[in-house]
Amino acid sequence: MSTEARKPPLQIALKIRRLLGGKAGWNGVAVQLAFAAVLGWIAYEIISNARANLENQHIAAGFGFLKNNAGFDVNQTLISYTGSDTFLRVFVVGLLNTLVVSVVGIVFATVIGFIVALCRLSPNWLVSRVGEIYVELIRNLPLLFQILFWYLAVLAALPNPRQSISLFGIAFVSNRGLVIPQPIGLAGLEPFLAALAFGIVAALALRIYARRALFQRGQMIRIWPFVLGLVIGLPLVTMLVFGLPFTVELPQLKGFNFAGGSRVIPEFVALTLALSTYTAAFIAEIVRAGIQSVHKGQMEAGASLGLSRGTALRLIVVPQAMRVIVPPLTNQYLNLTKNSSLAVAIGYPDLVSVWAGTSLSQTGQAIEIITMTMGVYLLISLITSGVMSIYGWRLNRSLGA
Amino acid sequence: MTDITASTFVREDLVSERPAPVKTTGFVGLLRTRLFNSPTNILLTIVGALLLWFTIIPAVRFLLVDAVWTGQDRGACLAENAGFSVGACWPYIRAKLPQLIYGFYPEAERWRVNLALILAAALLLPLLIPRLPAKGLNASLFFFAFPVVAFFLLHGGGISGFGLSWTAGLLELFDDSIGSAGQVLLSLSKTSAIAPLLWVVGKFIVLVGIAIHWLIFPLTWLRDQIQASGQSVWVDFAITTAVVSLIVFVLGGGMRSGGRALASSIVTFIAIAIVVKLMGLDHGGLPIVATNLWGGLLVTLVVSVTGIVTSLPIGIALALGRRASIPLIRIFSIAFIEFWRGVPLITVLFFASYMLPLFLPGNFTVDGLVRALIGIALFTGAYQAENVRGGLAAIPRGQNEAAAALGLSWWKTTSLIVLPQALRHVIPNLVNSFISLFKDTSLVSIVALFDLLGSLRASFSDPKWSTPSTAFTGFAFAGIIYFIFCFGMSRYSLFVERRLNAHRRN
Repeated sequence: MSTEARKPPLQIALKIRRLLGGKAGWNGVAVQLAFAAVLGWIAYEIISNARANLENQHIAAGFGFLKNNAGFDVNQTLISYTGSDTFLRVFVVGLLNTLVVSVVGIVFATVIGFIVALCRLSPNWLVSRVGEIYVELIRNLPLLFQILFWYLAVLAALPNPRQSISLFGIAFVSNRGLVIPQPIGLAGLEPFLAALAFGIVAALALRIYARRALFQRGQMIRIWPFVLGLVIGLPLVTMLVFGLPFTVELPQLKGFNFAGGSRVIPEFVALTLALSTYTAAFIAEIVRAGIQSVHKGQMEAGASLGLSRGTALRLIVVPQAMRVIVPPLTNQYLNLTKNSSLAVAIGYPDLVSVWAGTSLSQTGQAIEIITMTMGVYLLISLITSGVMSIYGWRLNRSLGA
Repeated sequence: MTDITASTFVREDLVSERPAPVKTTGFVGLLRTRLFNSPTNILLTIVGALLLWFTIIPAVRFLLVDAVWTGQDRGACLAENAGFSVGACWPYIRAKLPQLIYGFYPEAERWRVNLALILAAALLLPLLIPRLPAKGLNASLFFFAFPVVAFFLLHGGGISGFGLSWTAGLLELFDDSIGSAGQVLLSLSKTSAIAPLLWVVGKFIVLVGIAIHWLIFPLTWLRDQIQASGQSVWVDFAITTAVVSLIVFVLGGGMRSGGRALASSIVTFIAIAIVVKLMGLDHGGLPIVATNLWGGLLVTLVVSVTGIVTSLPIGIALALGRRASIPLIRIFSIAFIEFWRGVPLITVLFFASYMLPLFLPGNFTVDGLVRALIGIALFTGAYQAENVRGGLAAIPRGQNEAAAALGLSWWKTTSLIVLPQALRHVIPNLVNSFISLFKDTSLVSIVALFDLLGSLRASFSDPKWSTPSTAFTGFAFAGIIYFIFCFGMSRYSLFVERRLNAHRRN
C-alpha cells in the first residue's frame, strides 16, 4: 500500500477560489451568481417600470430641466437670485442655505454642548442636576417637535417689530425674525484682512517652530507676546495706516419695520435654535463620557509631577479625552447637517425645501431631483467618514509608535 | 530601677468627647459638601437656583396654576373672559383628544384601535420583563402574529385565499416578469452591437420562463380549482396546513423525531384558523378603514411598531451579509448600509413617496402610509445592521470554532450560537435605536401623514380654539406624551444594560 503524501493542491487555484467565492468556495460563487441574477432582475423591473410610468405621465427623463427658468422666489439667498434664474441656481442656493444653517448650528451646538458638559461634571450638585435635566429633556423629545415648538409657539408669540425685544440696543428680536447690525466694508478692509491673515499664518508657524524646539532640543520659547503682536498688533497698525476697515450699521426702527442692519428670517432663527440646542444635548453626553473615560490616575500622576490642576487638565486629560470625543463629535456634526433637512417643515429654504420640495413639484422630475438631493448628503457623509478614518489611522499610528 | 507608679502614666479621668466630624451624608451633608463648600460653589449654586427659578416656576404656573380647566370654546381661554393672564388651555386638548389619538378614524370603529393597543401592550410587557417565562413564544407572537392581526384589525378587510393561492400568485407574477424581460432582450438583440450575446441570453431567459410556467402549472391549476369551489379559504387553508405540516415533519426528522415539530405546526395552524374564524376573515372581515383616515398617536405607534418589527430582521440580514466572506454579498451589504446611513430620513421619505411609485408597475398603487413604512424600514434597518454588527464583533472566535468542531453548519452556528449571544449584547443599543425611531416617526407629518405631531399642527389652525396659549398647550401635551415614551424606553435600556453587566459590577 502506498503511503506517500497527497500532493498539495495548487495554491493559485485556491487563491482564485477564495477571491471569487470567499470561504464558501465554489458554493459561494453559485450563491453570488444567483444573487446577481436577482439583483439584475430587480434592476430590470425598476428600469422598465420607471420608463413606462414616465411615458404615461409625459415626463422627459434627464437633466435638461436644470437650464429652465425656475420662476419662483426664495426668501433667503446667499448669492444673487431672482425668479428668472435657472433650476441649477436654485440647487446651489438651497445647498448654500443648508450649509450656512449647518455651520452656524455646529458652532452654537459645540459651545452649548461643552457648557452643559461642564455643568454635568461640576462638583456642584445643583448645577450638575440642571445639566442632567437639560440633557434628558432635550434628548427625549423629537427634533421636529422642537423645531415646530420654537417656530410656531415661541417665535409666533413674540411681539411685532414695533414692540420688538432689544438685545443691548444693537439687535432686535420680533416675530418677523432677528435684526442684527451689519458690517459695511470701507477702503481699509482689504489691507486689514490681508494683515490679519498674515498674522494668523505667522503665529501658527511660530507655534510649530516653538513646539519643535521644545520637543527636539528641550528649549522653551515664550511665544505669546509675539503671537499677540502678530494677531492683534499688526491689524491695528494697518488700521491706523489705511483707516477703519468697516463700520457697523445699527438697525433702526422706521415706521413698522427696521431700516438698516441685516434681517435674519424667523425660520433660520427657529431652525438654528432647535438644531443647536438638540445637538448640544448629545455633544454634552459625548464630552462628559470622553472626560470620564480618562483614568483618575492620570490626573494624580500629573499632580505628582507638580503640574497645576489647569495644566494637568490641558496637557494630560484633554488630549486623551479628545481621542475619545472627536469621532462621535464629528458624527454629531454630520447628524446636525442631515437634520437641517427638517427645515422643510417650517419652510426655511434649504436644499430639501427648495429643491426636493418646490422644484420637484414644479417640474415633476422626481428621479433626478431626489437622486441629486440624496447624492449631496451622501457625499457630505462619505467625505466626513473618509476624513475620520484618516484621523483614526493617524491616531493608531501615533499610539503604536 | 526606680519604682514608677502606674499613676504617673495612666490618666484618671476620661478624655472629653471630640466634636462629631462634619456630616457628609444626608441633606445637611449634601448642602455642605456639594453646594456651599467654597465661594465658587456658592456662586454656582445661586446661578443654578436662579436658572431653575426662572424655568420651573413659570412652567408650573403655566401648566397648573394659571391653567383653564373647563370651557366650550376659545372664549374660556381668553384673558379678558377668565380675568387673569391665562396659562394652559386644557379644554382645547379635551376637545381635540380624539383627533390627537385616532385621527379621523370613524368613531364607531375606534374599539378596534383600542383593542389593537391593548393586544400590543399585553404582548410587549411580558417580553420586556426578564423574569417571565416563554420568551420565544412571546417574541414570535409579537413579531409575527401580532402585525398580521393588527393589520386586519386596524385596516379591516378579509382574505380570499391562503398560502397556496398566494404562492401561486407570486410565482405567476415572477414568471410573467421573467418572460417579458427575455422578450425585451430578444427585441434589443435586433439592433444592438452585441446582438448574438443578447440573443443567447434572451432566449435562455425566455426558456427559463417557459420552464417555470410548466413547473408551477399544477399549482396554478389547483388554485383555480380552489377558487371555483365555494369555500375557497378553508379548502386552501386545509391544503396549506397539510403541505406545510408534512414538510415540517420531514425536515424535523421524519418518523424518528419529527413528532414534536408536526404537533407544533398543527397547533400553529389551528391557532391561525381560530383567529381567521373569530375575525371573520373568510367572509370579508371587518369594515375597511382606509389609512388616510388614520391619524394621531395611532399613526405614530403604527409607524414605530412596524419600524421596530421590520428593521430588526433587515438589520440582522445586512449585518451577517457585511461579515460574510462572499465578495458580492459583502459589497452589496456595505453599499446598502452606508447609503441609507448617509442620507437624512426626510430624503428617504421623499424617495419613498415620490420615487418609489415610479419603480412599481403602473397598475400597482401603494398606500401612502405603506410607502412611508417601507422608507422607514429600510432606513432603520441600516442603522440596526450596524448595531447588530457590533454585537457580532463582540463574539469571540472560539465560539465559531467550537461550533465548527461540533460539526454545525453555518446556519446552525449562526442561529444557535452566534446570534443569540450577539443580540443579547446589543439590546441596549437596539433599544436606543428604537428611541430615535420613535422620535423620527414625527417626520412622516412632512409627507402628508397625520401622526401625533401632524394632528397637533392641524389642530392649531382651528379658529374655534385659537388663543395666544393654544400652541403652548398643544406642545406641552404632545411633549409629555413623547417624553413618557422615550424616557421610559431609555430607562429600560439602562436597566437591561445593568442586568447584562451584573457580573462586572464592583
